[in-house]
Amino acid sequence: MTLPHLAPNAVRGAYLVASVLFIVGLKQLSSPKSARSGNTLAAIGMLLAIVVTLLDRQIVSYGTIAAGVVVGAVIGTVAARRVAMTAIPQLVALFNGSGGGAAAIVSSLEYLALKRANLPVPPVAGVTILLGALIGAISFTGSLVAFGKLQGLVTERAVTYPLQKPMNLLLFAGILAVSVWLVANGAPNPTVYAWFAGAALLFGILFVIPIGGGDMPVVISLLNSFTGLATAATGFSLHNHVLIISGTLVGASGTLLTYLMCRAMNRPITNVLFGAFGAAAKAAGPARSGAPAGSMAGKTVRDVSVEDAATMLGYARKVIIIPGYGLAVAQAQHGVRELADLLKSRGVEVKYAIHPVAGRMPGHMNVLLAEANVPYPELYDLDAINPEFESADVALVIGANDVVNPAARNDTSSPIYGMPILDADKAAHVIILKRSMKPGFAGIENELFYDPNAMMLFGDAKDSVAKLVQAVKSL
Amino acid sequence: MVEQLLTDLTIFILAIFVGYETISKVPVVLHTPLMSGTNAIHGIVLVGAMLVAGMPEGPFVTALAFLAVVLGTINVVGGFLVTDRMLQMFGGGPRDARKP
Repeated sequence: MTLPHLAPNAVRGAYLVASVLFIVGLKQLSSPKSARSGNTLAAIGMLLAIVVTLLDRQIVSYGTIAAGVVVGAVIGTVAARRVAMTAIPQLVALFNGSGGGAAAIVSSLEYLALKRANLPVPPVAGVTILLGALIGAISFTGSLVAFGKLQGLVTERAVTYPLQKPMNLLLFAGILAVSVWLVANGAPNPTVYAWFAGAALLFGILFVIPIGGGDMPVVISLLNSFTGLATAATGFSLHNHVLIISGTLVGASGTLLTYLMCRAMNRPITNVLFGAFGAAAKAAGPARSGAPAGSMAGKTVRDVSVEDAATMLGYARKVIIIPGYGLAVAQAQHGVRELADLLKSRGVEVKYAIHPVAGRMPGHMNVLLAEANVPYPELYDLDAINPEFESADVALVIGANDVVNPAARNDTSSPIYGMPILDADKAAHVIILKRSMKPGFAGIENELFYDPNAMMLFGDAKDSVAKLVQAVKSL
Repeated sequence: MVEQLLTDLTIFILAIFVGYETISKVPVVLHTPLMSGTNAIHGIVLVGAMLVAGMPEGPFVTALAFLAVVLGTINVVGGFLVTDRMLQMFGGGPRDARKP
């Protein structure tokens, strides 16, 4: 199969158009109204860049490309179509890891090409190749670990062991030393390069392992910007401007997004990456599960029956619903909307309080509720809803935990101290739908459950919500 | 050589500012779709993978290049599709029934 070749300037012109489409698409992605067309625009830019690359005269054989594109497209399409909305974060991690792996391989093949040509490694090319391979490899294995943690294949807990930080630091210093040697050596040395690549892959694993599952969104966002930078680095070594522009766009916006996420949790990025957050649970004692009446320092929790809970909801004037990841896992969003509709038909004022990090990614909860057709104006963010809790009769906490933990306000020794929380405890009554007394994602106890105004309704969220709907109907 | 590097660096630095400014005013609701969308955009590395896969070489290089093209394509196709699926829900209009 042969395709006609385009002149190099035509290819570069098309790359410029593609770059513009990416930038405009990204701009549109940051506004709710235009987001979808922004994504489409970026996809069109991508298609354009890929098609003109096929017509680039550097490309003389199509077999490998055609086979790879078909296999990749099938895997990507099936994964994207089949995934449950709750599993989106780990899927994004997988896709991100794919990109990182591709960037690492492209850089490595550039290195091998120098070896085949028997050329000394030019310093600039050497640096960009090694950067692309290093960052790409870290992003690849790091994303796989992040996927494993969110999917439950690897423990969600922060894995820590003695001398962890010094050893990681030593490994990283070793990688840098080998990199310097590889660039300074001049003649390409594939054996040393293989050790370098292996160490980079290992570092990606060790970098993410000590970070708790609750912080994976931040990690994925950071690794997303890493893959962008790795892509930009391959652009430097291939002298390809569309790679530099798009990779850097993602690198910069991904870094900003990571910062915004950390700010929403009120924690510096260094604390997220090196704080081993979530390992603290060990100190809080083993997780209790299934026990309807747990206790913390002699305090007890109160159970509530479905009927009593339904009565409180049905005769309330104002109910604020606080959805959390447990709601998403149980796929209870449709039932919750039904319950809210029922309450509204009884004249109850219903609002949803959305914590910035509810779910597993910022904005994840909005996506899930939108899926259940919850009207957008009923969703309130933290600053807008917090003053309203004092006038609310019932705060209905569904599968949320850490985001309503008053310890973030009161307990300076708590690992989540300082994180902005939803003031559910200020409502007249708090009804908490929860599967068990197990601590939340951050692995810490929640004193709200022991509050005199708080009542627990144990069970699967979807099941409990369905029972509440029935009970409210028969009021 | 130096001229090429300076051109590349100029583009790199300007792209940092564009990337930063473009999303600095994004609402929290859109953080997840935005992460997913930018994730799809770095799938452009597929172009690099195609360039190295398009030159005939030995079986080892071909195998690696094939893997790079597969990974890059997964990133592009999966990334854009899943972002679109997410954003579909913000439209409020009629939409596809949920796939099993």
